[in-house]
Amino acid sequence: MGAGHSHPLYLAGSSPVHRLPSEVKIVAAFLGVVCVVATPREAFGVFAGYLVLLGAIWAIARIPPGWILRRSLIEAPFVVLAVLLPFTGGEPRLDWLGLSLSEPGLLGAWNILIKGTLGVLTSLTLAATTPLRDLLIGMQRLHAPALVITIATLMLRYIDVIAGEARRMRLARISRGHDPRFLWQVGATARGVGSLFVRSYERGERVHLAMLSRGWAGEMPRLNEDVTTARHWRLGLAPAGVALALAVTGWILT
Amino acid sequence: MVVVRITAMHMSDGLVDIPTAAVFGAVAVIGLALAVTRARRDLDDRTAPMAGLVTAFVFAVQMINFPILPGASGHLLGGALVAILVGPWVGALCIAIVLAVQALLFADGGLTTLGTNITNMALISVFVGYGVAMALRGLARRSRAGLVATAFVAALVATVGASLGFVLEYAIGGAAGAALGTVFALMSGLHALIGVGEGVITAATIGAVAAIRPDLVYLLRGTAAPLELRTATEGTGA
Repeated sequence: MGAGHSHPLYLAGSSPVHRLPSEVKIVAAFLGVVCVVATPREAFGVFAGYLVLLGAIWAIARIPPGWILRRSLIEAPFVVLAVLLPFTGGEPRLDWLGLSLSEPGLLGAWNILIKGTLGVLTSLTLAATTPLRDLLIGMQRLHAPALVITIATLMLRYIDVIAGEARRMRLARISRGHDPRFLWQVGATARGVGSLFVRSYERGERVHLAMLSRGWAGEMPRLNEDVTTARHWRLGLAPAGVALALAVTGWILT
Repeated sequence: MVVVRITAMHMSDGLVDIPTAAVFGAVAVIGLALAVTRARRDLDDRTAPMAGLVTAFVFAVQMINFPILPGASGHLLGGALVAILVGPWVGALCIAIVLAVQALLFADGGLTTLGTNITNMALISVFVGYGVAMALRGLARRSRAGLVATAFVAALVATVGASLGFVLEYAIGGAAGAALGTVFALMSGLHALIGVGEGVITAATIGAVAAIRPDLVYLLRGTAAPLELRTATEGTGA
């Protein structure tokens, strides 16, 4: 439990991107993805432009492209619909390697594939440069309701509680002669899901009381006096501005 | 051929066009704003950890993808679970938080489609689940078996309901040329199967909580027998 509450997609660093206030990064990432989705799908060159823009941000943030590309495989399950489209779409059709493919279907598949990929790469860039704590503070500064911050903070805290409790239950099963093999372990875990929940709740209740007794009042305490200045916003929103220019170029070109 | 895996429900960027995403984004914002104002009443020192835990639980559960058909897998949504445990208003917030964290940190579901995803999984699924649970409340309050059955049915219906929301959004603003009939059959059929798995997990969890801490189950509020004060009368005891 004493481990830092970090998440697996975070890449520790101290680059200018890492140091940027998190609320700026959240807004910039969101605006960037809006620009990508609003770009007409026939503007092929513009999408390459977005990729170059992201590459520049990775260079500044010192994120190896391979590191981020490996993690972007997370997207694979989402694009399945796209794989089916060229086969199920309407006329006109074209023949390619003996396959009859639909032209609107192909365009539609490209559309989902490229926009989904750019979206995932943007989220990954945000995740790689922003630890959990900062993300909560960013949401707080963007005036998310206090209630939402409370639930989100407790949720992030309790993920560790659940993982710890699941580990203890697994150890308990093993020490009572259970011999878990790869898949059969799933059955035992599923049967124990109810007791896992109750055990986690009872531990979580104590964690919550401990947090309250240490002065927690529903939101993350501010540990430094950093203020977000107009300069931060200008710096952080510059890539979003480039993305907007790219989207406008796309609109003009098509 | 690329591995055909169908992960349920999370829409990625570009699957629906910007106007549709914006409309459902507005729906999500209005729904959540309402939920925030109503949830305040439901949340106190005892229920705040429950809300946090149920959110973490849904988060963990949504990460597990299980195979349902060869080549297709799905994950649980947790809508009915949160509705029964913490009520629909807090529950909608819990699921919305899970979706927002997934989109921001784990690139699971798009940023621009966050509104449609919240509409499907945090609003439709939670409120459909809650509606079913309320309709069957009489059964749920009668016995443990009744509660477990209610949880199962609510989870099943809520899952299919959320998939119909997906189909609706795709019908309005789907950016790709897949036939609507195909999407409808794929999503609803798949989610009827996922719903069974969802129902089993929901029923198991609710059953366990109700066995040990019935005071924590939102649906059972007001059913605890009031404390009965008995005073020792002369002639007894001593």
